[in-house]
Amino acid sequence: MSDVSMVVNGRNVSGSLEDRTLLVHFLRDTLGLTGTHVGCDTSQCGACVVHVDGKAVKSCTMLAAQASGAEVVTIEGLAEGGELHPVQAAFKEHHGLQCGFCTPGMIMAAVDMIARHPDGLDEATVRDELEGNICRCTGYHNIVKAILAASEAMAGKARQAA
Amino acid sequence: MGVEGIGARVARKEDARFITGLGRYVDDMVVPGMKHAAFVRSPHAHAEITGIDVAEAKKMPGVIGVLTGKELKTDGIGNLICGWMVHSKDGSPMKMGAWSPLAVDRVRYVGDAVAIVVAETRGQARDAAEAVQVSYEEKAAVTDAVEALKDGAPQLHPEAEGNLIYDWEIGDAKATDAAIAEAAHVTRLKLVNNRLVPNAMEPRAALGHYDKAEDHYTCWTTSQNPHVARLVMSAFYNVAPENKLRVIAPDVGGGFGSKIFIYPEEIVCLWASKKTGVPVKWVADRTESFMTDAHGRDHHSEVQLAFDADNRMTALKVDTIANFGAYMSLFSSSVPTYLYATLLSGQYDIPAIHCNVRAVYTNTAPVDAYRGAGRPEATYVVERTVETAARELGLSPAELRRKNFIREFPHQTPVIMNYDAGDYETSLKAAMEAADYDGFAARRAEAEKRGRLRGIGMSCYIEACGIAPSAAVGSLGAGVGLWESAEVRVNAAGTIEVLTGSHSHGQGHETTFSQLVAERFGVPIDSVSIVHGDTDKVQMGMGTYGSRSGAVGMSAIVKALDKVEAKAKKVAAHLLEADEGDIVIENGEVKVAGTDNALPWFQVALAAYTAHNLPEGMEPGLKEGAFYDPTNFTFPAGCYVCEVEVDPETGHTEIVQFVAADDFGNIINPMIVEGQVHGGIAQGVGQALLEGCRYDAESGQLITASYMDYTMPRAGDLPSFKVSTSNTPCPGNPLGIKGCGEAGAIGSPPAVINAITDAIGNNDLTMPATPQTVWRALKAAH
Repeated sequence: MSDVSMVVNGRNVSGSLEDRTLLVHFLRDTLGLTGTHVGCDTSQCGACVVHVDGKAVKSCTMLAAQASGAEVVTIEGLAEGGELHPVQAAFKEHHGLQCGFCTPGMIMAAVDMIARHPDGLDEATVRDELEGNICRCTGYHNIVKAILAASEAMAGKARQAA
Repeated sequence: MGVEGIGARVARKEDARFITGLGRYVDDMVVPGMKHAAFVRSPHAHAEITGIDVAEAKKMPGVIGVLTGKELKTDGIGNLICGWMVHSKDGSPMKMGAWSPLAVDRVRYVGDAVAIVVAETRGQARDAAEAVQVSYEEKAAVTDAVEALKDGAPQLHPEAEGNLIYDWEIGDAKATDAAIAEAAHVTRLKLVNNRLVPNAMEPRAALGHYDKAEDHYTCWTTSQNPHVARLVMSAFYNVAPENKLRVIAPDVGGGFGSKIFIYPEEIVCLWASKKTGVPVKWVADRTESFMTDAHGRDHHSEVQLAFDADNRMTALKVDTIANFGAYMSLFSSSVPTYLYATLLSGQYDIPAIHCNVRAVYTNTAPVDAYRGAGRPEATYVVERTVETAARELGLSPAELRRKNFIREFPHQTPVIMNYDAGDYETSLKAAMEAADYDGFAARRAEAEKRGRLRGIGMSCYIEACGIAPSAAVGSLGAGVGLWESAEVRVNAAGTIEVLTGSHSHGQGHETTFSQLVAERFGVPIDSVSIVHGDTDKVQMGMGTYGSRSGAVGMSAIVKALDKVEAKAKKVAAHLLEADEGDIVIENGEVKVAGTDNALPWFQVALAAYTAHNLPEGMEPGLKEGAFYDPTNFTFPAGCYVCEVEVDPETGHTEIVQFVAADDFGNIINPMIVEGQVHGGIAQGVGQALLEGCRYDAESGQLITASYMDYTMPRAGDLPSFKVSTSNTPCPGNPLGIKGCGEAGAIGSPPAVINAITDAIGNNDLTMPATPQTVWRALKAAH
């Protein structure tokens, strides 16, 4: 058994888990944060993407014990003070989701992508960067549109702040 | 059109929970005392079970129970069935082999369920499942349908001699053969429609809970049609009578057909819950999904299309072999017959058509409806053949199609379908303009300078959605009716609940259906709730598949709204002391037309429930239900144009342009409709370029059982799409709408392949057109 403790969405959490427990199962089964999904078992689909210490990570590919001591943000912790994150808002506005199953991972990956490209994104880069996230519903058309729009909106906000 | 009414691009209500991680899928459900299941599955494609030893597994940590097929049979749980009877041309009924939810003495495909282990945790259940000792005597396996028909092939079911399920035909063989014999030109093709795995992103899951106190079962399941699941599990599988069984399909993460069917796992979880005394949850991992979800397509066809000297089509003859896998899945029999052969007329006036279909057992996963279900296969046959014919005849693909388009409606085809309305010329024109078809030659020349082979391909599809009417499909062998139900409940304070038998697993019903109510009563969509997916809340329904929720499901809602409106007007007329015929409902008010004599909507609702002042004899309340049974299918149609560039060095194909021009009739929410088209195209492009389910021919092992092996379309494989719609309203339903959910997957594969064959100058190309396949075809041609 492993004793793990970490900060998830700003809250201190801990547990005593089977050593083999994956981060995604700790989040879902122990903490009840079921917004993070499991869509495959080969680290391909990206439905399980969360942020660990500020980086996008596939939580099905990390043991909970490996994340001990880390700061984790899941889809449930993305909206601050009841206000949607610009990426969440853009997915809704541009119909970037249908069944919603891949959506949390898509959004978490997109937030990370935008953060890594502060100078903005183009369609080819977004498509290339989405390689680790599979969607079966949307054909990606509106996901790409949403991420580009969110990137624009966030850059605009950043300019205003500066 | 109001801001939230019919035709408005309303952002989806359901998104609020999905983008914040608050969606509730089956795996998110927790029931007190719930334990976890793992299935013991056959590692062999074909074997006799000579013994099952569960003793070791039962001693493993956390194990609560290990159950096998023998116990299941002892408890009287029935075999899985196919619910659509198809007769062979000799009049004999289809040959359905027995499919026990847990195999008893024989396994017939890799993944066939043999036993279930219930344990405290998922990990413990899996560990114990590995400790179940099953003794197998391996038998020879066959995975290819053409091979399975040959003499000496391994035999799967004693009920089906020669592995033949049925040998079915439609159309006039004599007239077709005669026309081909007299033809000025005949185009002949052999085509394979590649086997696909649907791959909804949410794996299948089931949570079975037997409540001993109430002697009642609840099943949470990843289903597109929970009511059909309840009906089938009650009436055929003896799990529990309907009044003792509640089926809930909460948020469901995509279906594409694969979640229509009732699978062994939900039956076994319910039964195991009673046997073990604990709620039992099972969630497939992705490899289990690859192995056991019903697959799609897998046809081999030979096609002959005959023309007269004026290039008019005179006959189409098709001979198809359809792989059904190891067992007949719930609607499998209907897919290559009534959903396929009946669409072979395409958009063309073809006087004679004949199609023969042989359905075949093989040692592979069951095959059933997958997005489009038969219609993509038909479109692939027709549109690859027509494009090929144009090349052979030296005509432009558009010219040959135009010459043969059906232009008068209604049009009776030689293969049952009666097309009610359509305008194929408009879609063709729109697609060609959007694609700048005329500018292609210049683009090709430019590409050539860069060392790229550029090609353009076209596909004009027709599909039939909203399969109906019930009496007609019943006469064709369907075991269920294909109507839909709805109930509109106006609450006392004026908010509205719409109960529907349709089920949303990505289609946005909570928004679209609310728009109907907003349009009718002028109330905000936030005051409308859509209730679906629970057999305790909605009495009966037929679910969502075959692009039926718009044409059939929404029509039922319209019928119920009509009744509510009529009663509300009566109440209002009485209160306003006006004539009922003068009452109108707009902008949330019920008023006397042309006056300011009005009541707010909520006040009329309240009056209906206080019942202090109702017209004499009127019952209190404002709630109406309706069942809607369509009079015909609807016939969406359209034209797709695909443009590709092939790298001759590697055979890699890039889609540089994809245009879709669809005719879906009237549209409720264009944003959602476009999203459906995008998703459908991606699946069609996936079929054409990337996806191919492969079994090893000798061992029967599934080679493509993960996302490392089966190529799912990713964002980088696709372009942005140019989509547009035209509108020939469907005359058969009150909204004038057709279906839009499957069109993209139906129309796109032939457009892509026609483009690649145009680029490489070799028509002998099979799907998926991987770089290796294209490179080989290119080398063969030059």
